[in-house]
Amino acid sequence: MIQNVTALEMPVNEEFRIVKNHLTNGRGPRICIVTGTHGDELEGQYVCFLLARMVQQHISCLHGTVDIYPALNPLGIDSMQRGVPAFDLDMNRIFPGSSQGSMIEKVAYDIYTDLCGADMVVDIHASNIFLREIPQVRISEQTADTLVPYAQMLGIDFIWVHQAATVLESTLAHALNSAHTPCLVAELGVGGRIGHNLCHRLATGVENLMYHLGVWSRQPDMSRMPESIVCRGADSVEFLNAATSGIFVTELHNDVMVSRGQTVGSIIRPLTGEVLSHVEAPCDGLLFTIRAYPMVYEGSLLGRIHRIGNSSQPAH
Amino acid sequence: MSSPYRDDFRIKAYTFGEGSKALCIVGSMRGDEMQQLYIAGQLVDRLREAEARGHIPTGVSVSVVPCANPFSVNIEKRFWALDGTDINRMFPGYDRGETTQRIAAGLFEYIKDFSYGIQLASYYLPGHFLPHVRMMRTGREDVEDAILFGFPYVAVKDPQPFDTVLLNYNWQIWDCRAFSLYAGTTETIEPATASTAIHAILRFMAAKGMLTAVQKEATGMLQAGVVVDEDRMVVVKAPRAGILMTEVHPGQTVAQGQVIAHILHSYEGRTVSEVKAPCHGTVFFARNRSIAFQNTLLFRLVPE
Repeated sequence: MIQNVTALEMPVNEEFRIVKNHLTNGRGPRICIVTGTHGDELEGQYVCFLLARMVQQHISCLHGTVDIYPALNPLGIDSMQRGVPAFDLDMNRIFPGSSQGSMIEKVAYDIYTDLCGADMVVDIHASNIFLREIPQVRISEQTADTLVPYAQMLGIDFIWVHQAATVLESTLAHALNSAHTPCLVAELGVGGRIGHNLCHRLATGVENLMYHLGVWSRQPDMSRMPESIVCRGADSVEFLNAATSGIFVTELHNDVMVSRGQTVGSIIRPLTGEVLSHVEAPCDGLLFTIRAYPMVYEGSLLGRIHRIGNSSQPAH
Repeated sequence: MSSPYRDDFRIKAYTFGEGSKALCIVGSMRGDEMQQLYIAGQLVDRLREAEARGHIPTGVSVSVVPCANPFSVNIEKRFWALDGTDINRMFPGYDRGETTQRIAAGLFEYIKDFSYGIQLASYYLPGHFLPHVRMMRTGREDVEDAILFGFPYVAVKDPQPFDTVLLNYNWQIWDCRAFSLYAGTTETIEPATASTAIHAILRFMAAKGMLTAVQKEATGMLQAGVVVDEDRMVVVKAPRAGILMTEVHPGQTVAQGQVIAHILHSYEGRTVSEVKAPCHGTVFFARNRSIAFQNTLLFRLVPE
């Protein structure tokens, strides 16, 4: 059943709506799948499609509720803008919102209250147009003990337990976890695109999570899913930032092991044919993020490596 | 910093006087902060003249950074041109981080050791403010000094998590007495309100011994500033969506029940909602867009 989470008037002959597909059968637990907080992240669209179709085609397997929220920022998705159009705001920096606040704060509050009390929320993100990510779940240190076992049920490649940052206290996941509604943040793929294979894998992982939560009676075949790598500690991830501005070119994809000193890519200057800087892996490890958008400025993120072993300095 | 195809990215500072770092003024940090750019440029002009006349005391150094983001101003984009990040949400910065973190780090390294800091700031909602000084309640805010600007109101607010990466917050953490000055508008230059802000800054400088003489206008309009907690302001939101016709402007006194805006049906022209003041008070902020969503914040009032 399609339901409004929140609705309000827009100035010219249009209603602003955030909708969910409320699929229920029995009195079991409730899982919520949310995506579309950032309008340039589309992988979650296909995951929602796969899950909505699966649940409706096998409704007898459902023993609880699956709520699917495909677009928390519908104006952003429809206009291919990351933030909320007309407000220049990052939707994931205003939670839990406010019932008395301005229009967008009220919308955030309505979303938050609608999700509160669920037995699990999976918040699907797709990086941005600049970076390509392997399927991963990001969890703050404070919630790791509770959430890592759930993340492992997704059969996801990588679980990144990161340090808490005060600014992230305004995210949907933080707001929900603080209210004792467990929320997993999944990141996969790249902005503006849909990777079918990645989405099928995440949908299968969500089905497995549903099975273990008791929402779903059919256990999917997880035999071909990877065992999750759990990455913990501030020093366990190396960030590769551009040393110069220019055009970044690489022959690597993410999800590959790299060795200390291995070439990850180059920053070039088309005008003169110069290579402005060589980008090398500073350690052995898993390249789990790689830049997808070639234009870079000094400091632009080019990749992230999950350190494996003790190597640290570039080889010369 | 170099750019792939544009000129180098440079942040320029003007320094007046020699001595201890007394005051730093930061102008536009976002690409649409035209009023802020204008005010900063006018201050450079006034301080250059003051220095030439010997009006900056010995041992005092004042810096003005008219623009911390010329790349965005030049293409009229509010945030960083490539990735849409906001330099003002990157403080204290990180010199090994991403581009805007590095810009913030480079700027902060230069400005963090001043005794006083003024940021010419803008608000995320479009509208006009009564010119005022705003500061976050960090335990280090200096409300008494803020009153020296001579504005009718000093607004104080509790920081939210996302405020901890703003310049004002980090300046305070670094023991700089920091003020965010809201000069009425953002995208458009309004000489009258800009002039009010310029005189307020010169008045503050004179009061703190950073200028030995100021223009008459900067001395003759001191108002008894009232400190207002932002949480105590009364928010007026749009009950309906449509074309917004505001009937009052910042600084105007309103009575409870007074109609302060009409919302018109966008196709049929009829009034769908009369927005009334919920209390007696002064208009502090008024939305300046032609349309409004339902629930959009239209006004903030300082209640009597």
